[in-house]
Amino acid sequence: MLAMNYRGPQRVRIDNMPMPEILHPEDVIVRVLRTCICGSDLHLYNGNVPDTRVGMTFGHEFVGEVVEMGSDVQKLKVGNRVLVPFNIACGKCAFCKQELYGNCHEANPQATAVGGIFGYSHTAGGYHGGQAEYVRVPYADVGPTIIPDEMDLDDAVMLTDVVPTGYQAAEMGGIQEGDTVVVFGAGPIGIMAAKCAWLFGAGRVIVIDREDYRLEFAKNYSNAEVYNFESLEDPVVFIKRTTDSLGADVCIDAVGAEAAGSAMQTITGRKLLLQAGSATGLHWAINSVKKGGIVSIVGVYGPTGNLVPIGNVVNKGITIRANQASVKRLLPKLIKHVQNGVINPKAMITHRIPLEEVSDAYRIFSDKLDNCIKPVLIPPSARS
Amino acid sequence: MKKTAEDYKHIKGWGIDADPKNDPTYPIKKRTDDEHDGYSWDRPAQQPIDIEVLHSNERPNVTAVFGTSVPPSGLSGMIRRQAFKYGEGSFAHWIPLMLADRVNVVEGIVDDLMHAKVPNIFAEQGMKAEWKHNPMGLLQKFAIGTAIATAAVVLLARRK
Repeated sequence: MLAMNYRGPQRVRIDNMPMPEILHPEDVIVRVLRTCICGSDLHLYNGNVPDTRVGMTFGHEFVGEVVEMGSDVQKLKVGNRVLVPFNIACGKCAFCKQELYGNCHEANPQATAVGGIFGYSHTAGGYHGGQAEYVRVPYADVGPTIIPDEMDLDDAVMLTDVVPTGYQAAEMGGIQEGDTVVVFGAGPIGIMAAKCAWLFGAGRVIVIDREDYRLEFAKNYSNAEVYNFESLEDPVVFIKRTTDSLGADVCIDAVGAEAAGSAMQTITGRKLLLQAGSATGLHWAINSVKKGGIVSIVGVYGPTGNLVPIGNVVNKGITIRANQASVKRLLPKLIKHVQNGVINPKAMITHRIPLEEVSDAYRIFSDKLDNCIKPVLIPPSARS
Repeated sequence: MKKTAEDYKHIKGWGIDADPKNDPTYPIKKRTDDEHDGYSWDRPAQQPIDIEVLHSNERPNVTAVFGTSVPPSGLSGMIRRQAFKYGEGSFAHWIPLMLADRVNVVEGIVDDLMHAKVPNIFAEQGMKAEWKHNPMGLLQKFAIGTAIATAAVVLLARRK
């Protein structure tokens, strides 16, 4: 089968790879119908995530059709079209029982801090991902959700990560009616977080980014005020000045490890890898939030230390809520929002690219070429 | 505080998920207290461990399922095995893993050549797309790369 093959930083290609097999009685094999490149895949692509091994297939956002099942799978049938959450969860451990599906303790032997994630390095379990024609999906009775008949596959694939992560970013902000919410980062997650902030009753939503085309998209899609930080002398001072000098009620870091905007962070975090990526977005979020405000982090950071202003966190009494999205918990509500037209995820997809052109797709997304917001890869078997 | 959207009716779904209890000081966990019993849940069946699986020294075992994408091998594998002797919070764990990743890239090229495949690095880097959508940027990168390489060659030649 064809699958994306990581060869090193900024080098990926399409190759013939072995077909996935059932390795556990609760596994299924899924034929991929749509798969996305996520902003967090770029951290892998750029070689910033430890234990990203040559030969891996990335891809944690995918939907497909069940083609083979393990002996213990109860809830699915061959032929079901399923939406597969990006996190792999057993449903039995203490954390899954708390609906912390992103924190499952039975899916990732390599680390305890993060759960299992499809195609996200061995730090997240060493699973091949969905940027392929077929993929092995463990714990099939827990994660995969049957796609409603009337749902567009493009909407469904956005429900595997983008919509729930953006939604949870807003939810973790504990937004109260009338709150001012600032989202750092106008990638797909940031745009979705801004959109969802309104659902919690925000009174003002501001998005900060460097790319004008992304800000324009955020303005149109999320009804947000948008600002290019390169046109601001200091984004933190700007936020303070526009919020009566107090700061925003809620700040969301939707950027993570590869934030631009600070030479020191860029050199130490992105170039020299002396910290787990550039924490510029987090710095701005912590410093822009009001005292007693809330910082919500969904941007991905590597596992090593960062030069985070933790003193400010303590002194300002900021509550930080952060997690990988518990997709399964959120899906029933979000599916309804999509069905009712409250959220229109597929409107974020700007590029549909054949899986065979994965190298170019990564370059377009990584370098923000051709006004790309969200690329979807379509395997050849899903095009016929 | 300034609000720019006083009338929210034009925003579909405004406030539909508002919940005054959605406050981070309010317990968000669905506590079961199962974690007080430690690692005692009814574990799923163990996936057969028929490849080398490195596991964090912060857990007692290999998880019930695991990925099998790329088992450790070669020099990078040796470095990874050393790294897993240290805890997840230790730089002695992560820095060697980053080093192993870089060694692994060279191993990947060697492996390609051993299988009579010459990697097309230009294509793997997606430069066709860069050329199509950002030709000036690509030329700039090429010029910078050439300048750095030339400077390095000149410097080395002078030392000799």
